[in-house]
Amino acid sequence: MKATVFSGRNSVQVENVPDPKILNKRDAIVKITSTAICGSDLHLYDGYIPTVKRGDIFGHEFMGEVTDVGSEVSNLKPGDRVVVPFPIACGNCNACASGLFAACENSNPNAKIAEKLMGHSPCGIFGYSHMMGGYAGGQAEAARVPFADVGPLKIEDDFTDEQVLFLSDVFPTGYMGAEFCDIKPGDVIAVWGAGPVGQFAIASAKMLGAERVIAIDEYDYRLRMATEKAGADEVIDFGIRPDVVEALNEMTGGRGPDACIDAVGMEATHGHGGLHAYDRVKQAARIQTERPEALRQAILACRPGGIVSVMGVYGGFVDKFPAGAFVNKGLTLKTGQCHVHRYLKPLLDRIRGGEIDPSFITTHTMSLDDAPNGYETFKKKRDDCMKVVLKP
Amino acid sequence: MSTPTVNGAGPATGEGVKPDRLGTALGWASVGLGAPLSIAPEATLEAIGIEPDARSRAIALGVGVQEYTAAAGILAIERPRPVFSLWSRVVGDLAHLGLLTAAWRTQRQSAPRLAGAIAFVAGCAVIDTFAAVRFSREPERQQAPADIHVRASITVRAPRERVYSYWQDFGNFPEFMLHLESVETTGERRSHWKAKGPAGKSVEWDAETTEERPNELIAWRSLEGADVENSGSVRFVDAPGGRGTEIHLELRARTPGGRAGQLAARLFGEEPDSQARDDLRRFKQVMETGEVVRSDGTVEGQSTARLLKQRPAQPPEEEVRDASADRAGTGAEGSQS
Repeated sequence: MKATVFSGRNSVQVENVPDPKILNKRDAIVKITSTAICGSDLHLYDGYIPTVKRGDIFGHEFMGEVTDVGSEVSNLKPGDRVVVPFPIACGNCNACASGLFAACENSNPNAKIAEKLMGHSPCGIFGYSHMMGGYAGGQAEAARVPFADVGPLKIEDDFTDEQVLFLSDVFPTGYMGAEFCDIKPGDVIAVWGAGPVGQFAIASAKMLGAERVIAIDEYDYRLRMATEKAGADEVIDFGIRPDVVEALNEMTGGRGPDACIDAVGMEATHGHGGLHAYDRVKQAARIQTERPEALRQAILACRPGGIVSVMGVYGGFVDKFPAGAFVNKGLTLKTGQCHVHRYLKPLLDRIRGGEIDPSFITTHTMSLDDAPNGYETFKKKRDDCMKVVLKP
Repeated sequence: MSTPTVNGAGPATGEGVKPDRLGTALGWASVGLGAPLSIAPEATLEAIGIEPDARSRAIALGVGVQEYTAAAGILAIERPRPVFSLWSRVVGDLAHLGLLTAAWRTQRQSAPRLAGAIAFVAGCAVIDTFAAVRFSREPERQQAPADIHVRASITVRAPRERVYSYWQDFGNFPEFMLHLESVETTGERRSHWKAKGPAGKSVEWDAETTEERPNELIAWRSLEGADVENSGSVRFVDAPGGRGTEIHLELRARTPGGRAGQLAARLFGEEPDSQARDDLRRFKQVMETGEVVRSDGTVEGQSTARLLKQRPAQPPEEEVRDASADRAGTGAEGSQS
């Protein structure tokens, strides 16, 4: 089959690889009909996530048709149309039992690498480095889905792929980011990053009753989508207004947002001149893995006693973390890879109820063969690119 | 979660590692000195303030070769107790001091640099003498047996009775302990163990169960005549908050010098603590999910050895035989959807 494989920093290729096989009794094989490039794939592409090897198949947002199941999968059968959540979770361990699917204790065969770096291992993730399990990803014609009796969501309604595909990652991720904010009537929420996760965080914050949502980005087309499609009330274009913290204070009568969502992660594109240059140099030299400017700003901007919700991806260590502001303002930090499994059905219900149509983020649809072009277009934000969907 | 300890068998061996480290450092220092002398004798001579000519170049080359010889002796031939090589280094240092002093009179190019070189060699002589004396005086430090002592623990979401009954049958061990081939019960409290040894050979021994407290503890010990004297115990404790069972595993092996010691080291892997922790993780997977979990990059499930040479995260070429499916009694909880 054809698959998108990593071929060195800033390079992916579509190559012929062996077809996926059942390796465990609870596996399913899914023939992929739609798969998307995620912002977090760019961290892999840019070479900032350790333990990525040449030849690794990328992709953790995918859906398709079941073609084969292992001997212990009874809930699915060939022909079923499914969306696959990006975290791989066994459903049987203590973490899964308490709904923390992204902390599954069994799904990462390379848990030891992650334990060395982080103390404990998160779950395995499709196509997301060997530290996260070494699973082949879904930017391919087919994929093996472990624990298929736990993860995949069967789609029986007449939705298009684009309407349900984003249940695999970005919609639940944005939703969880908003849910973390513990939104009460009158709350003002600020969202750093108006990419796909940011868009869904904005839309979810509105769904959960936020009074006002402020979107922060430097790309006009992204801010426009935030207001026109996701429902943001106000925007800050930090290309024009770099003093984001001050701007937020002005917009909130000096209080600061009640909760701040970081939907940017480790490769922030802006920051105060000197500090940003410092981050860039250290990251390029691989001395630090992150450029955490969005997180720093979120902590500085948040009102005392407020919540900072981090949905952007971080991989290693950060410098100049404003611990003083964080502690003395009494902030709460909530974060994590999304426990997608627990949001699948409730969010499908919201789509069904017409509360949201996630397909609005799709700007580019390409053939799987065009994946290298898709990565470049998305990375360079050419042609107002928001989300690339690949069709095998 | 696992605490490896490599303990000395007696108080004398407590710091047994140190002289070896010093020896290794001196061996590499010899390489560091030999390289410039043999590769660029002229530049080196100038650097230490000696006028290069045919004679001094030849001496420099000779000293370079001598340094390499010392390095080979310390790092390879005489390892781990390079008594002779270290004393020969002391003799060499004195000879070098003589040569440098002679050069001071006849071929001095820069007094400060040459003085520096003399001071450096004198310093080396002091360190070499110290190391040589230490190795000569306490040979037992290097040869005394050390124990491998591994502790690892994990929590499994299953009742204590179920976990205990799985461990009670030693025949289940190879399912999750990678280095074991088979364990057979041979009689009341007796079992026969077969492990993968070096070069494809098996290592076998008999063991007895020394303690069995239902749902609490199992302990075993190899019997007289085992190539590798070893013992193990596993404790079962209720995890707080109804989270199943905590398993605390403890393994010990004697590693005397010679063949048996090497064998023990192989059996327990280069990182015994990691191997034990891997074993427990595999056990947890078997108990909670029904089998050992595989990914495309790690088709045989987790193993320390595999971490270093992962295959790319692509489907394997070959059909992978489901090894755990062949074994009965995995006690899988089955699926939950």
